[in-house]
Amino acid sequence: MSDAPTILSLRNVGKTFEVQGRRIEALHDASLDVKRGEFVCLLGASGCGKSTLLRIVAGFETATTGEALMWNRPIEGPDPSRGMVFQDYGLFPWLTVRDNIGFGPASRRRPAREIQETTDHYIDLVGLGRFADVYPHQLSGGMKQRVAIARVLANEAEMVLMDEPFGALDAMTRERLQDELLGLWERTKLTVLFVTHSIEEAVVLSNRVIVMSAGPGRIDSDLTVDLPRPRDVSGTDFNDLRRSLSSKLHSHHGKVAA
Amino acid sequence: MTIAADRTQTPPAATVPRRHFAFEAGRLKQPALALILPALLLTWWHFATSGQVYSLIPPPAQVGLAFYDLAVGGIRNDFFSGTLATHVVASVTRVYSGFFLAVIVALPLALMIGRIPAVRQMFDPLLQILRPIPVTAWLPLAMIIFGIGPTSAIFLVFLGAFYPILINTVFGVRSVEPRLFEAASMLGCSPSAQFARVVLPAALPAIFTGLRLGLGFSWMVIVIGEMTGVPTGLGAIIMEARQLSRTEVVICGMIAIGVAGFISDRIILLIGRKLLSWSPNHV
Ligand SMILES: Nc1ncnc2c1ncn2[C@@H]1O[C@H](COP(=O)(O)OP(=O)(O)OP(=O)(O)O)[C@@H](O)[C@H]1O
Ligand SMILES: [Mg+2]
Repeated sequence: MSDAPTILSLRNVGKTFEVQGRRIEALHDASLDVKRGEFVCLLGASGCGKSTLLRIVAGFETATTGEALMWNRPIEGPDPSRGMVFQDYGLFPWLTVRDNIGFGPASRRRPAREIQETTDHYIDLVGLGRFADVYPHQLSGGMKQRVAIARVLANEAEMVLMDEPFGALDAMTRERLQDELLGLWERTKLTVLFVTHSIEEAVVLSNRVIVMSAGPGRIDSDLTVDLPRPRDVSGTDFNDLRRSLSSKLHSHHGKVAA
Repeated sequence: MTIAADRTQTPPAATVPRRHFAFEAGRLKQPALALILPALLLTWWHFATSGQVYSLIPPPAQVGLAFYDLAVGGIRNDFFSGTLATHVVASVTRVYSGFFLAVIVALPLALMIGRIPAVRQMFDPLLQILRPIPVTAWLPLAMIIFGIGPTSAIFLVFLGAFYPILINTVFGVRSVEPRLFEAASMLGCSPSAQFARVVLPAALPAIFTGLRLGLGFSWMVIVIGEMTGVPTGLGAIIMEARQLSRTEVVICGMIAIGVAGFISDRIILLIGRKLLSWSPNHV
């Protein structure tokens, strides 16, 4: 992994929101390099700027200080190469599963044959063959999130940004989707930036955990997770790592409260 | 009445599988429930009016006869006999002319008001001032501008349908979830393409609500529109019959408007259901 090229780099990125004359520093001096193919989790308590960081990478927000670069070029607005998976899915309710997945290719004016092939492929990949012609409101949360992932992959995203994508799902569905996501990630050359509240989720999924803390939001520590996969959640190594992350998270948290 | 009441009696739930039962009972229950109030009204009307010497309101039987005469003729063979179709066609034509005119003007205007701040700033004050003026208040001016004839009626229908369509469309266009714009742009849909691919479909339920309300208003306004001295139309026969004290014909005209309005509402509802089958909260 270490010899992979750097796909994303954040250099002293800060973001200050101004709301009714009040300034809120959501992110302070965040620096981060991500290599292609890494699975990076952003972990931290509520309000520590995880979403803000992700949205800057997505191009939905612009950094007030510092710079965000992808392949060494400044990020200027949203782009199909950086696909986002939202916690609330963000599917187009008027499009069927198939058309939601084909939205990206259609937007980029791919030929109809190609769109058809791409959508078929990704519908199969996320196991929604029977639901291809169904509208989002007829799907369960887990299925909706599969569609959201598929539509980003169908659009040839190199980097997938996920903001608590499984936060609204029940524990069983969540585990299933985590496994599926890992499967997809292992088969492709995807780079994943994954925001979560859950220490366990971070340890199950990632190569690397970025711990963040609030007031102002910043990056506190950067840990490599080199446990073998598939990971055994009851193993000692797993639990040691979980404990150390937990104490890191709480010590940062304590500093803010003090 | 007792028969209808018996039909609505539900069989014991235990004998039939639940889902199936609920479905069947629902199918029978709905029309039966819908008929209760009209039946009560009709009964009350009948007993309040028939047999009375000085009733100003004709009993239902007399209205029924008048309706038959109005539709087919052959009973009184007077000025009104067998003219219903002519009047219905005249009113339907005017309602739909005014309505479609309103759609053609209000829809694009609303889309622009909803998306382009400059257009909103330009049109909003004027439209807000004109809005509280009731359609009836426009009648004298309409007659001066368009003369006595169907054009005035069409203009009033246009006014009546204009605001519901405009306001609902503006609302629909402005209340698109921001998340959907983010989703579209990260999928490579350019801002200019987002209008057709996101704004329009997302606003469609609200647009349809506007169209439905607008069409309903059109039917309400048509009577006023046809008071302007046009010889045909359901509004016209109501006015005519009123002057001749033919109250039973007035009521026939009212019923005809009600039925015509109901049918056109059903049609637009059917179209809406087809186009909006994706929407979970659209009837
Ligand atoms: N658009 C905005 N306008 C104003 N303030 C904002 C905006 N977005 C975020 N903030 C503020 O920035 C800070 C960080 O928010 P952010 O959403 O990035 O946190 P988070 O780590 O994602 O939290 P959570 O885990 O609850 O999602 C918060 O104090 C929040 O109130
Ligand atoms: Mg967040």
